[in-house]
Amino acid sequence: MKKSLNERLAILSDAAKYDASCASSGTVKRDSSKSGGLGSTEGSGICHAYSPDGRCISLLKILMTNFCIYDCAYCINRSSSNVERARFSVEEVVWLTLEFYRRNYIEGLFLSSGIIRSSDYTMEEMVRIARELRVTHNFGGYIHLKSIPEASPLLIEQAGFYADRLSINIELPTDTGLTRLAPEKRPANIRKSMGELRLKIEAANDPTLQTNRRKRFVPAGQSTQMIVGADQANDKVILGTSARLYGSYGLRRVYYSAFSPIPDASKNLPLIKPPLMREHRLYQADWLYRFYGFGIEEITENQPDGMLDLKLDPKLAWALVNRHRFPVNINTAEREMLLRVPGLGTKAVNGILSARRHRRLRLEDLARLHVSIKKVQSFVVTEGWTPHRLIDRSDLRAMFEPKPEQLELL
Amino acid sequence: MVTILLDGRGDLAEWREAARPLLLARTAPRTIDWRCRSDATSDLFGPAVETPDTAIAVAATAPTMTVPKAFLSLAQAVICHSDPLRFHLLYRVLFRLQEERTLLEVLSDADVAQLHAMEKSVRRDCHKMTAFVRFKEVAAEDGHARRRFVAWFEPDHHIVARAAPFFQRRFTDMDWIIATPKGTAAWNGKALTISAAPAENPMLTDQTDTLWRTYFSNIFNPARLKVKMMMTEMPKKYWKNLPEAKLIPGLIAGAEASVIAMAERAASEAPLFHQRLQALAQTEREVARASAETLEELREDARHCTRCALHCRATQTVFGEGPQDAKIMIVGEQPGDQEDLAGRPFVGPAGAVFNTVAQDAGLVRKDTYVTNAVKHFKYEPRGKRRIHQKPNAGEVQHCKWWLTRELELVKPKLVVAMGSTALMALTDGRQRLSDLRGQIVQLGAGQSLLVTVHPSYLLRIPDEGKRLEETTRFRLDIARAVKFG
Repeated sequence: MKKSLNERLAILSDAAKYDASCASSGTVKRDSSKSGGLGSTEGSGICHAYSPDGRCISLLKILMTNFCIYDCAYCINRSSSNVERARFSVEEVVWLTLEFYRRNYIEGLFLSSGIIRSSDYTMEEMVRIARELRVTHNFGGYIHLKSIPEASPLLIEQAGFYADRLSINIELPTDTGLTRLAPEKRPANIRKSMGELRLKIEAANDPTLQTNRRKRFVPAGQSTQMIVGADQANDKVILGTSARLYGSYGLRRVYYSAFSPIPDASKNLPLIKPPLMREHRLYQADWLYRFYGFGIEEITENQPDGMLDLKLDPKLAWALVNRHRFPVNINTAEREMLLRVPGLGTKAVNGILSARRHRRLRLEDLARLHVSIKKVQSFVVTEGWTPHRLIDRSDLRAMFEPKPEQLELL
Repeated sequence: MVTILLDGRGDLAEWREAARPLLLARTAPRTIDWRCRSDATSDLFGPAVETPDTAIAVAATAPTMTVPKAFLSLAQAVICHSDPLRFHLLYRVLFRLQEERTLLEVLSDADVAQLHAMEKSVRRDCHKMTAFVRFKEVAAEDGHARRRFVAWFEPDHHIVARAAPFFQRRFTDMDWIIATPKGTAAWNGKALTISAAPAENPMLTDQTDTLWRTYFSNIFNPARLKVKMMMTEMPKKYWKNLPEAKLIPGLIAGAEASVIAMAERAASEAPLFHQRLQALAQTEREVARASAETLEELREDARHCTRCALHCRATQTVFGEGPQDAKIMIVGEQPGDQEDLAGRPFVGPAGAVFNTVAQDAGLVRKDTYVTNAVKHFKYEPRGKRRIHQKPNAGEVQHCKWWLTRELELVKPKLVVAMGSTALMALTDGRQRLSDLRGQIVQLGAGQSLLVTVHPSYLLRIPDEGKRLEETTRFRLDIARAVKFG
């Protein structure tokens, strides 16, 4: 008997939850009051709900189908798994997206799929969904499509005209890891597909000779996801891969997904709790690389086994081994150095730079810029404050480490 | 003491009208008592006094005052705040701004910081409204094609008018009403109507909420429970109007059990269709070819090259390009950023220099075989860019296997080595580029070699005169090759 829409929604959203991304930001502005249709995007995304796993629900994140001819060990939908299978028709995905959108549950659609028949067939169906939404239903909300590996470049190009974002998952940080766990996937082809997309995005951004207008093509760029903890790769390897992906393909984001046990798991995989703290530290390091001027080498060089410190955030860990560069004078230091002070974010640094043009800053002033005094005081000099020998204390690290937890009584 | 009575429903004009004469009269902030009409009615301290006539009289004659634009946009947000102190704070900052023109830039100032805190609170409330409003469908009016939706929301601040345009931009093709205790916004396809009168909860239900709840409980990953994170972003005060929220306690309570159940369901026998797929794949696995007989076969083999570690970092093998019967073969160093992405040699900046010079020198690129000594791009990532790195002797040596095969299949009359890496690959690196530059020497059985610089070298010369000079020299080298070929 055919499963009801509700039953299939349960299966196909359950199957989609291992994709970390739910972002709906970074695209062009669209406004339905001009088109008369439905949907808008305003630059920054909106999280319409939060799940008890702390993750934002911004998009209807579903698979078109969880039947799959690939057998990737880390994936709940691999062909050797006994999960229940289901499939949505093109019309059903379109209907769900529009009805959810009208009730303001979501910002749009994030559609992925298992591979059925062939990569091209699957991609074609996904493109059909995006086209139906945009063309037939005049839908202006956010659309994120997962590119199917090995799909023809022509289909990817069509997808790019309707989608805000395209992504293809690199899955594992090393080629050997991927080949071992996902025998049908070819790392070189995944990179090739990212490279082709970057060239197409750049070409579309060049104004055409006739109209001086830019074509709208994947305005929110491309992203990817790496699974953390399913293979032996350390953080240094993972971050190195991210740096190469950012540099090579102009990715907007690399998502890290702590490997989470899946039902009916393959014997090749660890049945462990997902390393959530490790995932968090990787995101912090990723931010330091992209927005704070840190090199990957700097972040990982003093860490044993190339693993980030789980107890301290990577910026603090870096500062503790580079104490000779502190304290930093808040009233005179350059932006680059301010960004390296533990406890100062980009916003606080902008606030400091703006305020110090008018007055000398004191510790209280930093507090009003929402800076944690407890965290920065060892690393900064302000009007009326020097940390004296605080920075040289041998127990400085212990001051920042989380307090040891008392064991619970039995 | 002057007492000012305001409606205080998020309308800046009202406060502005009251503040302007006071400011012109240089009324000190601490001598003004700002009050809301709704609070004043139950005031135990007697009836409040309206704006005094003296202040208004001044306003009629005095020149207009100016305030920074940034203040107005801040004030527009802060006035929506529900804190009764907002009028006073705004006036105090306005008053101080007359003397301290750059006050707003001092984000660490206590007043400015408080203004920003209030603005942030209003902004957050607006944002949460755009996130947590839930429309319920109601029956369309007879003979009316547009679908109708109604939502109930309880904001902290007076933000209905501020947030309403968002919903108009988003839900243009349907009629909707958002009712709140702080006013109502309605859209009918033509006009946006806003009223400040408090509304009642219409207590509606919608069938689609069931599907939404199904989605909400299934997108949750019980192995990653992080309740605190959820609570900061979706505080409990919003839960009562969210159809999905009543599932939350059950999801949290059952999380651990479902993770344990998952672990127990580990690895069972694979389904039948998996075995069929695997058998099919086995038969399709291609039989390895003995050795490449044509350039096309060689190119295909090179796609899978793993002779050195460079393939793990590069996008793809960039193989040579050109006719198999080409008389001239150009050998460069390695693909660059653009070549690596496109999969074709000499398409980046250095390729453009080469093309221009080649054209001037009379070399037809499509009749020439163009390749590189190393077929994968070697680089270091630096932010959003990749910095080219010179391949080392080992990498050149590994890749020489392909270059030798290309030479055997194309059999060019003349090989042009551009740059020292190409020279090293072709001659085992015993000679220096500067010694051989521009000469034609024997390479082996019936083949000659011409050595010149790499076009990227020309791009790196900062001095324009020197660059022109070197470009001319390079062109003469290429012209020499054309004459020879």
